This record gives sequence, C-alpha cells and structure tokens, in this order.
Amino acid sequence: MKIERMAVEGMNGERKDIDRMNIERIRADFPILNLQVSGKPLVYLDNAASSQMPQPVIDRIVRYQSQEHANIHRAVHHLSELATKEFEAARIKVQHFLKAKESREIIFTRGTTEAINLVMHGYGRAFIGKGDEIILSALEHHSNIVPWQMLAQEKGAVLRVIPMNDAGELLIEEFEALFNSKTKFLALSHVSNALGTVNPVKAMIAFAHHHGVPVLIDGAQAAPHQPVDVQDLDCDFYAFSGHKLCGPTGIGVLYGKAQLLEKMQPYQGGGDMILSVTFEKTTYNVIPYKFEAGTPPIMAAIGLGAAIDYLNGIGLDEIQAYEKILLDYATEQVSALIGVRIIGTARKKAAVLSFEIKGVHPHDVGTILNEDGIAIRTGHHCAQPVMQRFKVPATARASFAFYNTKEEIDKLVDGIRKVQRMFI
Amino acid sequence: MSDMRQLYQEVILDHNRKPRNFGSILGANRHAEGHNPLCGDHIKLSMNVLDDKIETIAFEGEGCAICKASASMMTGAVKGQSVQDAEILVAEFRGMATGTLDLESEANHLGKLKVFAGVKDLPSRVKCAILPWHTLHAALYAESSVSTEGEADPVPGTLIGEE
Repeated sequence: MKIERMAVEGMNGERKDIDRMNIERIRADFPILNLQVSGKPLVYLDNAASSQMPQPVIDRIVRYQSQEHANIHRAVHHLSELATKEFEAARIKVQHFLKAKESREIIFTRGTTEAINLVMHGYGRAFIGKGDEIILSALEHHSNIVPWQMLAQEKGAVLRVIPMNDAGELLIEEFEALFNSKTKFLALSHVSNALGTVNPVKAMIAFAHHHGVPVLIDGAQAAPHQPVDVQDLDCDFYAFSGHKLCGPTGIGVLYGKAQLLEKMQPYQGGGDMILSVTFEKTTYNVIPYKFEAGTPPIMAAIGLGAAIDYLNGIGLDEIQAYEKILLDYATEQVSALIGVRIIGTARKKAAVLSFEIKGVHPHDVGTILNEDGIAIRTGHHCAQPVMQRFKVPATARASFAFYNTKEEIDKLVDGIRKVQRMFI
Repeated sequence: MSDMRQLYQEVILDHNRKPRNFGSILGANRHAEGHNPLCGDHIKLSMNVLDDKIETIAFEGEGCAICKASASMMTGAVKGQSVQDAEILVAEFRGMATGTLDLESEANHLGKLKVFAGVKDLPSRVKCAILPWHTLHAALYAESSVSTEGEADPVPGTLIGEE
C-alpha cells in the first residue's frame, strides 16, 4: 500500500511532514463503504448529517450486548457491575476527548439537541428572566435557536442575533456591540453545519466572560473534525453528538463546568437522578447523575467510547489536516465549474461544501447524484435563517470525513456536470 | 430504464424549463397556496371556476423540476374540465404517485401525466409531484365549503407538508 508524504501546516505554524493517512486501510474498517447504491459504489458525502461506523465500534456494541449488558448503578450482580464500569469508562474517555477537568462534568444526553435543551431548562429557566438578552449567531442550527426562543417566550427574554457577511463569517464588531447589562447568555456554534464556517469561539468566549456572560458552544460539527479542549476554550458548556463522530445515534454529550452544573436545576425527574425520595421531598443526586434520569442509552455510550478510541487511534490533528486537503481540493474543483456557486466561503472552514447549480433545484441535484451512488444532503440543513440570509430555498451540501478520497470528489464533480447537461 | 431516468425524461425537463400557464389570473375566484417546508417548494394557484367548470387556471411559485413540471402539466390537464373530473384526476394522480393505483390493471384518465409514475419509487420526491394537486384540491374544496356557507369569496387554503 502506498503511503504518501505530504507537507501540512503544523499547529504552531511551522511546516512539518506527516504520513498521509493510510486511507485504504481506514476505508476497509467501514463495512458500509463497500455498499453499491443504484448499482454504483457508494460515495458517502453526507457526513455532517451523520457519519458511518467502523467495525471496531460495531464489534464493541455487539460485545456489550452479547456479554456485558445489564442495568447500571443498581444491582450488585456481576453484569450490573460490569455494565456500570464500562459505562463510566466511556464517560472518562469523553472527559479526556474534550480535555475536561473532571469526569463529573460530562453528562450523557440523547444528542446535541437534548444537551442544549438541558442547559435551556437547567440554567436558562433558573437564571434568565424578563427583559434579559440571549445572544445567538445568524448561522445556528435550529437546535440552537428554537430552545432559546421557547425560553424567551416563556420568560419574556429577548434574542439578539450576531449577523454575518456574505462569506458566512460572523461580524465580530457587531457581536461585541450586542453586549449590555441585560445580556445573560451566549449560545454559539463552533462550526456551522450549513456553511462550514469555523467561528473564532475562543476569542468570543473571552469577550463574553469579560461581560460576565456564560457561553454554550454547539460542537456537533466541530468535535468529529478537530481537537477540542474545553479548558483552553474556557466555554461554560459544550455539546456534541455521537452519531456524527462514528458512534451510534441516541447518545450525545453535554460538558458543563462543575460549579455551574451544581447550581442548575435537574432537566428531568426520575430514577438514578435522586439520592432519596419521600412524598414530601426529594434529594437530588450529585452531578453528573442529577441530569441523567432513568436508564441511559448504555450501549450507545459504550459505543461512543469506542468511537473516541477509534478517532484517537488516527489522531484528530491528522483528521483535521487530511479533511482540509479534501475541502481545498473540492473547493477548487467545484468553483471551476461555470454556473455553480459555493455558498459559504469563510477563510476558516471545516470540510463542508454547500453549493447551488444555476437553474436547478437542489432536490433535483440530490436525486440525480443518487443515481451515481453519491449521497449528499439537499435542503435547508435545519438552518432556515442561513438560507434566508443567502436568499436560497435550499442548498446542496457535500460534507467530508477522513474516509473520503479525492477520487470521490471527482465523482461528485462529474455528477454536477451530468446534472448541468440534463438541465441545459 | 432506471427510476430516475424514467422521471427526468424530456417532457418533464421541458415543462420545468418552459412552464405552461405560469403566472396569476387577475380576478380569479379560486386561490390556494401549497408549501413543502422540507424542500422549499411553494405553489400559488389561481383559477376561475364558472358553472362547475375550470375556465382558466394558472400557477406561480418556486420548486424543483418535479414540482414545477407537475404543476405545469396539471394546469394543462384540468383546464376546461368540470370540478368533478378534476377531482377524479387529483385522486388518480395521488394514487399513481403513492403506488396505490396500478396503471396496468386499473382504468384511469391520467394520459400524459403517467410520466410521473416513476416518482412512486423515490419516496422523498413523492411530495414534490403531489404538491400542485393538493393545492388544486384545496382551491376546489375551499370554494365548495364556502358555497355551502353562503359566503361570496373563497377562503384561500394553505397546505403544510404532505401526509
């Protein structure tokens, strides 16, 4: 197997050589990549919606269900002890993955959406009131808009929106101008799912903290594609999903600073989140259990732990560098096509390429590409305000993962040409 | 022929490029709007119905090729038809698109509209093809419900989504 040497920017700016990821071996780990769709090899370019699962993660899930399953934190029998140990080991893997200070700062949720809703209920409903202001950005996913809108409606609070430029970059001066004495919260995506913009979250968090405002970062599109260090970012909350990170659906993570989590109200009531219950009074459990009512998705949490092991085996730095090569190549190829406009041209982008073909609705693009086995997302990407900002009803979006190749991008480009020929 | 090829044949691409009866009718007595929030397809229909007959019909809006071609061909098919016959076509088109009408064995009046038969194998696109027909039904139904209540002006019907 050929291993290419190539130069990439190192983290400290100097150039260094890395071994190109052994892409053939990596692809062999993903059984689904062998599928044929419409009689053609699958070209899976919908990773921002959900990524695929490698065999080691599948195997780990099978092993858990066939040899280790029982309910956790309850019985004293062997399987319950084992399942509890593996579930808590997954929590520690997540802690190290995010570089959190303590494992009790890691709460398992159903996904990013539930993590954000947890903060809205647990923090927002307790600490945000009438006339208070919540700052969001113009490129948020609906999951980081709607919960805050619900809170604003309930409390009489106000949403303020950070605008963006035509490239899809947030306007930092306008962001800073939004702060005043009523500002109580900032909810911001790390990476835009619709445009790929990487926001300068560290500086924005520092600015918010200067004004005493806590910050939630929606990391659904960042955590799978770059190293994340929540202590370095100094965010108060960070949320991501397992299924965009080569793990299972039904599992996500909320990181929260311990001192904030401790003063928050529980999100849901039930078993496991209590220390004692009488009909007069309930004493809540300590964090993180206070926020994990009921039997959690044990299998999915353990699967997420295995997915983190898998990504660490490749290295998030390497994944980020390789995906940048893919994005640069795709951007160059697609922007060379006449009649195709790339939507989202921020200077700092993750491997997301949204585009429109002049005179062709994105859904027709998606159906025709599917004929060649190419899976992309078409639609509003749960970011309708972004579509309104760019005055398009929808876009076509190719989003890459570390198991994609330049050859697959060539197939995408051929597919776009075919669409154009049909619609001339 | 694959489902996709069968669907994107020349007649559909032609109606997408040059939609017939495109625009709105001044002083129309029936209106309805249809909207697929998922894909952003949006159709506005205006008609003049006199003595139970669709005298004129036009549509405008934005949508994918399947939706636009379906609207364009629909206006051609129902213009001059009675309301009852148009409703039969609505039911038959829905049946074809959702796969409940077997074109081989069951009698129907779809004629040229059979070019949309392939959509039944593309579940995510069924709603694109059906949207104009839902909108037509809403426009016709709004009038009949209004007439039973004795009001002068029809109430515009709005459709959100599809089953």
